[in-house]
Amino acid sequence: MRPFEYVSAPDVATAVRAISDAPGAKLLGGGTNLVDLMRQDVERPTTVVDISGVPLTGVDELPDGGLRIGALVRNSRLAAHPVVRARFPVLAQALLSGASGQLRNMATVGGNLLQRTRCLYFVDASAACNKREPGSGCDAVGGFHRGGAVLGASEHCIATHPSDMAVALAALDAVVEVESVRGTRRVPLVELHRLPGDTPHRETELEPDELITAVEVPASTAAATSRYRKVRDRASFAFALVSVAAAIDVQDGAVAAVRIALGGVAAKPWRAYEAERVLTGARATEAVFREAAEAELAGAVGLPGNEFKIELARRTIVATLRQLRVEGGAA
Amino acid sequence: MIEVELRVNGTAHRVELDPRVSLLDALREQLGLTGTKKGCNQGACGACTVLVDGDRIAACLALAVQYGGREITTIEGVAHPLQRAFVRTDGLQCGYCTPGQICSALGMLAEADAGMPSAVTEHLAEPRVTLSSAEVRERMSGNLCRCGAYNGITDAIREVAGARPGVSS
Ligand SMILES: Cc1cc2nc3c(=O)[nH]c(=O)nc-3n(C[C@H](O)[C@H](O)[C@H](O)COP(=O)(O)OP(=O)(O)OC[C@H]3O[C@@H](n4cnc5c(N)ncnc54)[C@H](O)[C@@H]3O)c2cc1C
Ligand code: SF4
Ligand code: FES
Ligand code: FES
Repeated sequence: MRPFEYVSAPDVATAVRAISDAPGAKLLGGGTNLVDLMRQDVERPTTVVDISGVPLTGVDELPDGGLRIGALVRNSRLAAHPVVRARFPVLAQALLSGASGQLRNMATVGGNLLQRTRCLYFVDASAACNKREPGSGCDAVGGFHRGGAVLGASEHCIATHPSDMAVALAALDAVVEVESVRGTRRVPLVELHRLPGDTPHRETELEPDELITAVEVPASTAAATSRYRKVRDRASFAFALVSVAAAIDVQDGAVAAVRIALGGVAAKPWRAYEAERVLTGARATEAVFREAAEAELAGAVGLPGNEFKIELARRTIVATLRQLRVEGGAA
Repeated sequence: MIEVELRVNGTAHRVELDPRVSLLDALREQLGLTGTKKGCNQGACGACTVLVDGDRIAACLALAVQYGGREITTIEGVAHPLQRAFVRTDGLQCGYCTPGQICSALGMLAEADAGMPSAVTEHLAEPRVTLSSAEVRERMSGNLCRCGAYNGITDAIREVAGARPGVSS
């Protein structure tokens, strides 16, 4: 690991000043991704600004029934929060399906959102990777790409975003609050991460000197009947091949409201607007679920090692909706 | 170099650290507490699990400078019926993963006592946890055992969990 200057920031003001003063600075939350990547020589910050002691650790109910989650809340604490468990089960399940007990105790909400891809060639500093080294090529396309994207990818990069939590937050219409020396702004979670295009090294809409302070989740009628379903190579402690976060409100057999997001298929949590369009107002039947899944995956493109994900995603959407229909009592 | 107070197993140590040093390396190399093991050094195996203020963490991905002033417990500071239970149930073979398994299990039992759900908990809003075999396996999935002593590990943990008030197995 390369040497760096270590700064411990007690509050947001100190932290944003420190990252704006030192180009090449990186924020340190739980460190579960940054420390790992610094050790692999993929991340090379000159200054590390430790925000793990910044008191953004509240989970507060908003007057309208929504939630405001501090960026330094640990993943395990958020998953265990009684309001999250009762009213936003998809979020608790997504968090609990990610990483391990030890890592969830370390991982913060802000760090989870900005964790980098698990693409093997991105992590291997000797491989060609446009994301790590713009213009160097992409070893994943002709190599091992089981984890690669089938939606929104480009010839320059087929990496997927690995977060489970972010998929649930995308389905819940979450908004991210960001602070810098220029002030505060709000970014809808579905717009936080970018698709690769020909600039895969630009992963999010954030500037390097911006700090995530909070995530807000609005109240919704669908959230109470919501679920996260994760398909992976082993039953626990593995990243998603495909995952589905879905929330649905079925009234008299018809879909009154629905929110779906997919994980493991794109460089960002993929909000399934096409599927939602097919479902909204339609009968909550197996045939309609399948039609919705087909519509969402219509533009999917696979490579030999990951094309199985396209049908897997369709089936996982259908299975998740079927399960929610039963749980919502509309079977 | 940064001066940090590491509080380990009830003893405070003032140490000079390069900020790159992980908590795992500080414990092993600087304090000579080699009970905590290094397996993958990537967060993936659990051999380095220690407790910080009662929470289990992976010490290999923790920078030591982040943990100044916190109460750190390593296997050297543990004397618990769970250790005898591991011996009774053959919850180990080579023993390399065992310190991490024990520390992780103690953190996990505290999480269960606090009513934390897991990915296999059916009724998420239910405040009480029943530590079935499936629950123990899911909650302990961050600890790998190359010798495959999982059945013994699960039995030992359930035996101890069942003997405690408030947690049923
Ligand atoms: C073995 C292993 C398995 C895993 N499995 C899963 C899994 O199945 N599912 C899953 O979702 N995740 C998984 N993870 C990833 C884990 O969830 C992330 O590493 C974690 O959430 C990152 O949070 P952190 O606080 O530790 O981030 P850090 O490592 O501290 O930071 C990550 C990035 O975010 C930036 N950052 C941190 N906080 C802020 C902030 N407030 N504002 C702006 N930038 C910030 C940092 O500068 C850095 O670039 C796994 C990790 C490991 C090591
Ligand atoms: S898929 Fe993206 S991250 Fe992976 S090697 Fe190609 S450019 Fe790099
Ligand atoms: S050595 Fe820390 S998890 Fe493997
Ligand atoms: S006892 Fe050998 S690795 Fe677990």
